[in-house]
Amino acid sequence: MRYLPLTPADRASMLETIGAATVDDLFIDVPAEARLAGPIEGLAPHASEMAVERHMSALAAKNLSAGSAPFFIGAGAYRHHVPASVDHLIQRGEFLTAYTPYQPEIAQGTLQVLFEFQTQVARLFGTDIANASMYDGSTACWEAILMAARVTRKGRAVLSGGLHPHYGEVVRTMAKFTKDDIVSLAPELTADPDDAAVIAAIDDKTSCVVVQYPDVLGRIPDLAAISEAAHAVGALVIAVVTEPVALGLIEAPGALGADIVVGEGQSLGVGLQFGGPYLGLFGCREKFVRQMPGRLCGQTVDAEGKRGFVLTLSTREQHIRREKATSNICTNSGLCALAFSIHLTLLGGEGLARLAAVNHAKAQATFERLAKVPGVSILNNAYFNEATVILPRDAREVVRELADRQVLGGVSLGRLFPVADGLHNGLLVAATETTTDEDIEAFATALEAVLAGASA
Amino acid sequence: MNAPNASGWRPSMGEASEAKFATSSGDYGLMLEEALSFELGSADKCGVDIDEAERAPAAGLGKFLRKSAPALPGLTEPETVRHYTRLSRQNYAIDLGPFPLGSCTMKHNPRLNEKMARLPGFADVHPMQPQTTVQGALEVIEQLADWLITLTGMASVAMSPKAGAHGELCGLLCIRAALDARGETRDVVLVPESAHGTNPATAAFAGFKVESIPATPAGRVDVAALKAKLGPNVAGVMITNPNTCGLFEPDMREIADAVHAAGGYVYCDGANFNAIVGKVRPGDLGVDAMHINLHKTFSTPHGGGGPGAGPVVLSEALAPFAPLPFVTRGADGSIHLVEEENMGEGHAQAFGRMVAFHGQMGMFTRALTYILSHGADGLRQVAEDAVLNANYVLRSCEDLLPAPFADSGPCMHEALFSDAGLAEGFSTLDIAKGLIDEGFHPMTVYFPLVVKGAMLVEPTETESKAGLDRFIASLRSLAERAKAGDESLHSAPHFAPRRRLDETLAARKPVLVWQGEPGVPGTPSLSEIGGS
Repeated sequence: MRYLPLTPADRASMLETIGAATVDDLFIDVPAEARLAGPIEGLAPHASEMAVERHMSALAAKNLSAGSAPFFIGAGAYRHHVPASVDHLIQRGEFLTAYTPYQPEIAQGTLQVLFEFQTQVARLFGTDIANASMYDGSTACWEAILMAARVTRKGRAVLSGGLHPHYGEVVRTMAKFTKDDIVSLAPELTADPDDAAVIAAIDDKTSCVVVQYPDVLGRIPDLAAISEAAHAVGALVIAVVTEPVALGLIEAPGALGADIVVGEGQSLGVGLQFGGPYLGLFGCREKFVRQMPGRLCGQTVDAEGKRGFVLTLSTREQHIRREKATSNICTNSGLCALAFSIHLTLLGGEGLARLAAVNHAKAQATFERLAKVPGVSILNNAYFNEATVILPRDAREVVRELADRQVLGGVSLGRLFPVADGLHNGLLVAATETTTDEDIEAFATALEAVLAGASA
Repeated sequence: MNAPNASGWRPSMGEASEAKFATSSGDYGLMLEEALSFELGSADKCGVDIDEAERAPAAGLGKFLRKSAPALPGLTEPETVRHYTRLSRQNYAIDLGPFPLGSCTMKHNPRLNEKMARLPGFADVHPMQPQTTVQGALEVIEQLADWLITLTGMASVAMSPKAGAHGELCGLLCIRAALDARGETRDVVLVPESAHGTNPATAAFAGFKVESIPATPAGRVDVAALKAKLGPNVAGVMITNPNTCGLFEPDMREIADAVHAAGGYVYCDGANFNAIVGKVRPGDLGVDAMHINLHKTFSTPHGGGGPGAGPVVLSEALAPFAPLPFVTRGADGSIHLVEEENMGEGHAQAFGRMVAFHGQMGMFTRALTYILSHGADGLRQVAEDAVLNANYVLRSCEDLLPAPFADSGPCMHEALFSDAGLAEGFSTLDIAKGLIDEGFHPMTVYFPLVVKGAMLVEPTETESKAGLDRFIASLRSLAERAKAGDESLHSAPHFAPRRRLDETLAARKPVLVWQGEPGVPGTPSLSEIGGS
């Protein structure tokens, strides 16, 4: 029990100070019949560092990690190279083991980082302001819809068919309980996104339209046209960015009229981590600031006039407002925000633009090669680093057979959209700067073999 | 002798000395000022070597192509390392000393947890990889789930909620779904005054009306008042146990029986599970749903505000309604995720999905590592030491600082004091800011709301007796100074990166993003940021 600093002598002396005979006397309020006499049966006793490391390493070894196979999976989480200094810095104890900055005089490190993070997100998204992070992209998306309902005093949200189906599922789940009216457009396997359908679904009861950019099939919607139609009836546009690296190459959503921009920040600094913890990004127009969910860090001065930072506008939050709170968000993703911010500081705007260009080039190389596989075609007219490949048969089986050949070849649309018709031959394929020419060739060769019906 | 200032900063030399020894840099030796990254960086710098794109970047992007790069300055690698290292030194952290934030629970973060979470088999796997390629990761979820179920004596656990408050929401949505399945529309949730503030917020978000239950003078739920409210419109009750007064609710079983008899469910806020882990199973007390903050009881790092993780354990009655995705083991021994794709397999009543993927996998790895390190015997010792430490602080200070519920029996993991009896004009805030000068992070202040000028001290099992004795000596010294009217407390902290910060100014005219041009240093004047 190497983590416990009290010695038996300490415990005895402390009990004497307290005036209790045994430590069980301190649990006197727990009903006697519920009190456990000893450690719970069926669970292992404490183990040495070496033993735990052996156990966990054995579990880790059962997984095929992205770095040990040709890897082309995206669909809302992307594999990018994280510079070594990012992980080194976030492991500094003063960042890693700090709590929420409730005492700003001794939390300026965290607070200044959050202020810098807010500025970076706002500039990346083209919004006036941003908050200090949310849980992830999907919950940020739902919070944005709630915020749009508060701002417009309308409760009908239109979800584009190109929205990540898990995001849509989160929204529909939550709306069942809050009674918001959600219009979910069906995904269509077409070369261009469903902009016309989104515009057609907007009416005067619409609080917001939710458009992923680029969308879940890798297509790029025309945010400017959608914004014009939405604003004409007083609806807000919520742009959802699941791949922020794209914004190094394509226009910022805020510059195209989006009123709220939410996103998943996992791509920068955070890593795949089998789905979490991730990082929700949230930016919007300044006039919505008091309706915005989540923590905010603000600039101020201290008693000597020095610039400093504090958490601010917390009167919107649940620990103060209780049942009148603006959101259910409690923590933010502070450590993930730090990683994102460090990575983006290393890159700068020009570095991000170049990284994005490399991603796009790798994707082009990937899709040019895959298009040469017999029976395979590429759906998209435009894409950033991810697009939809059309196969001659159900992509779910193909993905499994590729995995048997140690190739992680994308996500089948059948897994993403189990109930939608006519999508099952689609395979969503992503490439990033980590993709090598050898990976592309290995993927294409394996796909040729699988589609030709060869056994692994 | 004074302990070194645990923020990592040397004590200030005092204003007079500083004036005498003014430096041109603004730094004082190891006391460092740090500009914003935006003031330090410039557009022509980059800390990452990126291959040049091999071909024209914009082939298919046409009108979507961005006109110019985002206005984000870059820093080289050494500049970046120095910027964040200097900033880190302006933080207090559990690695530097005690962090006695009641109800927040900051304990030692073992580095083995970090090392295990970074194994490529966990850190570098994608949430949508074919499930045959992630059996070890799914086994981590299964093993952690098994520990949580067994430690709490419950039937099942929903792993995906991202944080404690998100877990509360998950639990209430399970209750809502169970009521829907019974064809009942109960719309009231009872929340005692001694509950966390997140509880009523969550109930409202789940579509319920909140009715408050008063606390007794002894700091417990008023059971008679609660029973009087029960009826066909009550969906359930949310109880924090141990509660925010630091006390165990001894009538939990009686409350649960009454709520169940009236057709409702019992939600327990499990944020304080660290006080009872291995000593009592909430399932034995009649709880239907309880979230577990992995960062509190099981030491996953909180990193200056998160991430958290809030798995929710569920009773038999609520288990069928838990959200997707779910981990189950098939007849062939392989583990698979139940998602929308295959939810027919016995989870058709799942209320839906709360997050895009499977929750805080990286936190699961850390929590399981910690749990295996402690084992069932060590976790029981964690609760005992945490409770012992809290009672030691309570009994060592109650003669100087009033402890409102000291006569109600032992406290659990946190000791609650009030600022009654300090000299006129002195309050909890003065004690808190004074603690910073003493080298400690302050306790939780002005919470819970049922006690005026509350100070909630949670030492956790991490602190040694010698460390607690130093903390107690400082707290007692500050109480004596505040009783004696020592004016210098009003301007504390004196030895911190910043003196008291103007929070009113920050809220009155919010400045949330830096407005300058990249690469231009400078501190905005008061008028620029809305000051007077």
